[in-house]
Amino acid sequence: MSSTLKGITLKGSAELVAEFFSFGINSILYQRGIYPPETFTRVTQYDMSLYLTVDPELKTYLSNVVTQLKGWLFDCTVQKLVLVITCLETSEVLERWQFDIECDKTVQGSSGPREKSIKAIQEEIRSVIRQITATVTFLPLLETACSFDLLIYTDKDQVVPEKWEESGPKMIADSEEVRLRSFTTTIHKVSSMVAYKRTDCV
Amino acid sequence: MAQFVFENDMHSLLKLDMPITNAPMARWQRKSASTNTSVLSPSKSMNRSLSKSKTPNKTPGKNGKLQCTPSKVGGDRYIPSRNNKQMDVASFLLSKDNEPADPNASTEMQKAWSVNLNGYDVEEAKILHLGGKPLNAPEGYQNNLRVLYSQVTTPVSMKKSRYISTVPDRILDAPDLRNDFYLNLLDWSSQNLLAVALHNSVYLWDASQGDITLLMKMEQEQDYICSVSWIKEGNYLAIGTSDGKVQLWDVEKQKRLRSMASHTARVCSLSWNNHILSSGSRSGHIHHHDVRMPDHHIFTLTGHSQEVCGLKWSPDGKYLASGGNDNLVYVWPGVTEGGNQGAINCFTSHQGAVKALAWCPWQHNILASGGGTSDRHIRIWNTHTGTCTNSLDTQSQISSLVFAPNHKELVSGHGFACDGLVIWKYPSMTKVAEFLGHEARVLNLALSPDCSTVASVAADETVRLWKCFELDPLTKKAKEKMAKSTNSIIHQGIR
Repeated sequence: MSSTLKGITLKGSAELVAEFFSFGINSILYQRGIYPPETFTRVTQYDMSLYLTVDPELKTYLSNVVTQLKGWLFDCTVQKLVLVITCLETSEVLERWQFDIECDKTVQGSSGPREKSIKAIQEEIRSVIRQITATVTFLPLLETACSFDLLIYTDKDQVVPEKWEESGPKMIADSEEVRLRSFTTTIHKVSSMVAYKRTDCV
Repeated sequence: MAQFVFENDMHSLLKLDMPITNAPMARWQRKSASTNTSVLSPSKSMNRSLSKSKTPNKTPGKNGKLQCTPSKVGGDRYIPSRNNKQMDVASFLLSKDNEPADPNASTEMQKAWSVNLNGYDVEEAKILHLGGKPLNAPEGYQNNLRVLYSQVTTPVSMKKSRYISTVPDRILDAPDLRNDFYLNLLDWSSQNLLAVALHNSVYLWDASQGDITLLMKMEQEQDYICSVSWIKEGNYLAIGTSDGKVQLWDVEKQKRLRSMASHTARVCSLSWNNHILSSGSRSGHIHHHDVRMPDHHIFTLTGHSQEVCGLKWSPDGKYLASGGNDNLVYVWPGVTEGGNQGAINCFTSHQGAVKALAWCPWQHNILASGGGTSDRHIRIWNTHTGTCTNSLDTQSQISSLVFAPNHKELVSGHGFACDGLVIWKYPSMTKVAEFLGHEARVLNLALSPDCSTVASVAADETVRLWKCFELDPLTKKAKEKMAKSTNSIIHQGIR
């Protein structure tokens, strides 16, 4: 990772967060079984083994989104990243992973790097990803074939780039919400939560 | 390393998803190869949600071969997908321009509405996503996480251990109550009437309305009431008295229907089985009465040598359990035409008088019995095999046992030294809760018809109602749907 040894700059922070999202989204896709597990390969990151997809189309799509996200993180115009899992047949939203991003705008004009060690940030990221893996124990099973979509909440006046469209929030009607851990790089703070459709089981 | 090479070769041979190299190209591949130039890329002006995102692929002339191929994306037919489009928003926006804006609506209200409806503040943010072809998993892929995770329970919405109030829901005064361990002076009918016998009178408390009725009072001053028992329908009450008679009362008309004499000593336990009323007395005899016939006494069961203080028919009416002051528990078969009526089981493990008897309503052949001061144990018996499946020392005299089906629990009423009620989880027999409100020993327990409340009468001359088995609304609804009402033969007429 390319941040300076001491302290975090805006650019470094944007990279860290974008990298987290890339691994986090891959983990969610693997854990929830949206794509066959054979299409994932293991890599080591944050001192644990995570899964990355090898499907070329998916890889391109994700890298496009993450690159754009990195740009917006640098501009501090992004507010949320949402991963929506919908049932293919009924187009109903089954799960919604929401990552709120708070950007400290004061860092844009001013001084040099902030004090926080990479190790500490990595620790925090690791516990968030561990928690995502652990959620599988209580999230309801996704029985039908599902598709996913990535939504990014930006500022109102953000210029919409090529190939991107506006969309609705895709909320879930009768949902249970679980708040997960958050991590901060002192410039960007990312908090996560998952909402899922309440299943009527006794 | 050679074996790995072999293994890898085997794997690559067996993998069926490698591209086919020596077969002719599939139709769709040939098509896409020849139409690459004519496909239009998604247009740049995609900001408004009204535009279509897909443009149809032009199909070239047929290639001559007539093979059928599955239509993949970019294939023959154009199938529009409207899922991503916000059709309602679009139609609203289209029609909105024709109406003038309402000047009276306050902006704060509008803002609140829009936040609620959209899920986020439309003024502050907008939501974007990368358009293009939907990226789905390959067809036929089944999510096989089911193999790993078989349980689908969500702890967030799961009910945490329920709140059991340690104070009674209600306290009723019961002056003049006889403090006699062997009597059974409390019973709760299926019509929600609680019958309490105070010395020589029987009072009925309507649990739904809250009013009290005096049903009867014995004529002779020295006589007293020893037991009360409601028939299953709740319209007739059997009362056992100290003069050895069993009276049958019609509660709606407040009239005594009959007085059955057959015992030589006081009748301190009663139990109904449809139209058969069984009564146990101080003599150790148990009499079966058919209440429809003038000659009511149809059978006698002998076995106990001392007072029969506990008597309970099983819910299916097949067995009668009796407990006596001689520390024995007998299980008798149901009344049949003629035939030997010997006891099926005789349990001798208790060291004290067995007054507390209860049959498990949800499991066949399970009987719970509790011993008096010298024994203090709750024992669970399987009457089918005749064995004691569980035994628990409760450290105090047990006067009554009741199974609570709502949460599968057993409630025990205690005398010396606990003077209270204890709820045990069945079958693990772990203590769930304890109620120590009574100031003297608990004599009897009765369960309400909806199984949510247990009433206890104690020597401190009070009846306390403990509402501890409330069901949460979901299970309650499910239960109500499944509830069937069963009528017993008694409805066909009793004179």
